Amino acid sequence: MSARYSWGGDEFVFVELAEEMSLQANFKAVAITNLLRDERPDGILEICPANASYQVRYDPDVLEPHAFLAHLKELEDRVGDALGVTLDCRVVEIPVLYQDPWTTETLMRFRDRHQDPDATDIEYAARINGFAGVDEFIGAHSGSPWFTSMVGFVAGLPFKYQMVPRERQIVVPKYLRPRTDTPKQTVGYGGCFSCIYSVRGAGGYQMFGITPAPIYDPRQTKPDFTEHTVFMRPGDMVKFRPIDRDEYDDAQARAEAGEYRITVRPVEFDLQPFLDDPDGYNKRLLEVLA
Amino acid sequence: MTAIEVRKPGLSTTVQDRGRSGYYHLGIPPSGALDMYSPEVANALVGNTPDAAVLEIVYMGPELRFTGPAVVAVTGAEIAPRVNGEARPQWESFAVAEGDVLDFDYLKAGARAYLAVSGGLDTRVDLGSRATYVIGSLGGVDGRPVAEGDVLPVGDGGTGRPGRVLPAALRPVMAKDVEVRVVMGLYDHRLTDTGRATFLDTTWTLTPVADRMGFRYAGGQLETVDREPPFGAGQDPSNIVDSPYPIGSIQVPGGVEPIVLHRDAVSGGGYMMVATVISGDLDVVAQSAPRTRTRFVEVDLETALGLRAERKDRIARMYAALGD
Repeated sequence: MSARYSWGGDEFVFVELAEEMSLQANFKAVAITNLLRDERPDGILEICPANASYQVRYDPDVLEPHAFLAHLKELEDRVGDALGVTLDCRVVEIPVLYQDPWTTETLMRFRDRHQDPDATDIEYAARINGFAGVDEFIGAHSGSPWFTSMVGFVAGLPFKYQMVPRERQIVVPKYLRPRTDTPKQTVGYGGCFSCIYSVRGAGGYQMFGITPAPIYDPRQTKPDFTEHTVFMRPGDMVKFRPIDRDEYDDAQARAEAGEYRITVRPVEFDLQPFLDDPDGYNKRLLEVLA
Repeated sequence: MTAIEVRKPGLSTTVQDRGRSGYYHLGIPPSGALDMYSPEVANALVGNTPDAAVLEIVYMGPELRFTGPAVVAVTGAEIAPRVNGEARPQWESFAVAEGDVLDFDYLKAGARAYLAVSGGLDTRVDLGSRATYVIGSLGGVDGRPVAEGDVLPVGDGGTGRPGRVLPAALRPVMAKDVEVRVVMGLYDHRLTDTGRATFLDTTWTLTPVADRMGFRYAGGQLETVDREPPFGAGQDPSNIVDSPYPIGSIQVPGGVEPIVLHRDAVSGGGYMMVATVISGDLDVVAQSAPRTRTRFVEVDLETALGLRAERKDRIARMYAALGD
């Protein structure tokens, strides 16, 4: 698995680490971009890790492009298969009210754009992934943690890839045509990725629920946002925790009062032991949330 | 202290500067003026540094009232400014007095005009920039386009004087037919040879879908290579595992209607990109109005770097021409 390098005009280098999605490819993207961020040569403007690729924006008047490309290849060699690399990560707990009234109302408005107009998004996703019903589906969606493989699309929106073997990955198509509306903090799903919509707006992912936890605060008035406007970072491992309406209402009230805090624990993540025993590793990982 | 009162907002008038860097990996794009050359000239004409914030005016101008004297300049798209109904020149600094009303004639060429005021617009700074990014509610006035009743403060200590003029040879040409230089790459291997040739040989027409996020063109269908989709990419041959999008990259969802991503772009997504507009020619895209006929012209990286150097030289000549 060798990376593919490409110029993005005169200011970007784009690097595809793998054509298909895997945790290993993502781990490489995070590891290489972390190395680059630590060294931070002059002339680097943006370092963007993504699911199975990354890009760098640089100033070619400061960094000679061919020498810089050679340097990125050297970083790729240093990271290698990424199996020996450890990352300083966070485990983050995100409460989710699945099948909530707001995303349900929204998805009903856009039934004409959906593959299965007679079912809700979560009923459809449960059925095509072979689950017995919605409850079993929610159990799978919230049962294993998710690796934040990319932040982007719009401000602060995390893409998450579930930390389970491929045969247990949930895969759903996006809407036939994108919606023009998605409630803020909707938990969405497209392809093999779960996301949390950071702001209200257009969207094409299936909608499963909503979290009361704010993840974007442009005014930085809330306690989780004193250092940054965006909560989620690449490498964050997210555990979704199903909650009921009472708990949602309570958390939502605290969020509105500017008192809500997201539960976060720092951990070191090792890829190889995870790949050897994902379920055992996840179990130990999630113990830090207890 | 002088301020600018917004009496009519125009179509979509935003505060912009040279944008913010360092947050694209969190989905926050650089933003900033879409055409970077015209506002740099406007700032130079009124004695500002290049980083000063200006108004970006799209297609239809605002009506503005000045609460005190100021020196201003309007550059970019051809949209004649008027003070109390009297015409004023573009690419030239002029004075306004307390109570004067500045508005604009209809747009004759180009798409985006820039209004600089000596001292710069002194609106709020978010993440190091005053540039408006609407989706993320950052910069400008509460992170949105200006609205009727807004009052835009002007910075102190402006040193501008009226009567500075940019020589005609240093003004950009606002054309209905344009060439946009691109470096091929990213996912262009997903196009067949025919698809690639179609991309470069078609005269594309800019659709009305042209805003700060992206410019969508119509005119052809690009043939893509058949393939088994890789895990996580999606079923359409133009789908990829969601990846970062370079500013200026051209994505082609479904092989139709190329979209040039601009400074408020979504930072990544699942459509193949086949080329990237060179940094300087983003100005040409920015000044394209709907129906502009556009050819994408392939250049290699070395040529792109040469054009980059030429552009820097042009900016240096602009400053030399406007020196006191």
